[in-house]
Amino acid sequence: MLLIRCPYCEEERPELEFRNAGEAHIARPTNIAAESDDDFEKFFFIRANPKGVIYERWRHIHGCARFFNAVRDTVTDKFVMTYKAGEPKPAKLPGAAK
Amino acid sequence: MAKAAAKTKAAASASVERRPALAGRTLSAPGVKVEMLPPAERISLRAPQASIAALSKALGVTLPVKPKTSAMNDGRTALWLGPDEWMIIDEAGNDPLADCAKVTALHSAVGISHRNVGISVAGPAAAVTVNSGCPQDLSLEAFPAGAASRTILGKSEIVLLRTAADAFRVECWRSFSDYVFTLLSEAASDAAN
Repeated sequence: MLLIRCPYCEEERPELEFRNAGEAHIARPTNIAAESDDDFEKFFFIRANPKGVIYERWRHIHGCARFFNAVRDTVTDKFVMTYKAGEPKPAKLPGAAK
Repeated sequence: MAKAAAKTKAAASASVERRPALAGRTLSAPGVKVEMLPPAERISLRAPQASIAALSKALGVTLPVKPKTSAMNDGRTALWLGPDEWMIIDEAGNDPLADCAKVTALHSAVGISHRNVGISVAGPAAAVTVNSGCPQDLSLEAFPAGAASRTILGKSEIVLLRTAADAFRVECWRSFSDYVFTLLSEAASDAAN
C-alpha cells in the first residue's frame, strides 16, 4: 500500500484514505460565457496526461477531508511531494537534478 | 398503541424517542471485548481559527488544534477531524448543541447524536482487532492514548479514538453499524490466534 503525506494531517497515511481529484492548477476562466467553444473545450476536457511528473489534486476524504495538491510520477507511481491547496506550483522539486 | 405510548412516556425527558442500533450487543473473545456503547450526545462542529477560544469556553473542553489529537473534560470529548472540523461526544448527558447556541462567534454546529453509534473495542488484542480493517499504524508511538482520527474500517468510514493503551472507541454511522460490528467481531475471534 502506498503511503501519502497529507499536508494538513502532517503525516503519511495509507492510500485507502485518499481519492484522486484530477489535474491541479487548472484555473476556471473568469468570464466563462465569453469563452469560445475551442477555449472551453481546452479548459473543460483537455488534460496533459504526461508520462512522468504530473501535478494532481488529491483529497484526504476518509481523513481530514481536505483537498491538497500532489506531485506524482505516473511511471513509477511515486509521490514526489504534496502541498496545501492554494499554494503555487513548487519551483523546484525535491531530489530533482536541476 | 398503548404499548407505544408507554414507551414514549418512559423516554419523556428526551425530545425524540431513541432506539439505538444494535443496543446491548457484545462479543467476548480471548484478549478482546467488542460491545455497543450506550447512546451519547454528539455534534459536528466547523469553526474558523478565530472562534476556537469562544467555543472551547462554552463547551468546557479545549478544542485541540493539533492533527490526530483529542481533548477530554467532564465526560465530554473533542476530537480533531480536520483543520476546522471537530466532533464533540458527550457521554454525561449534557447537550453540547445548547452550549454552542450561546456562542456568537462564527461557527456551525450540527447535532449528529442519532446518526452515529459508538462501539468499544477493549483488551490486549484491541489494536490487532481494529487493524484487521483499518490501514493506519496503531502502534502506541504513532497512535497513543488520546489519539483520534477519521479513517476507514473495511468499506466503512469510521472515527477512531484511542481511549487507553488497550481500548478504542469506534464511531460509525448507524446504518453501517451492523457491518462494522460484524467485521470487528470476526476480527476479534481471529485476533487471539
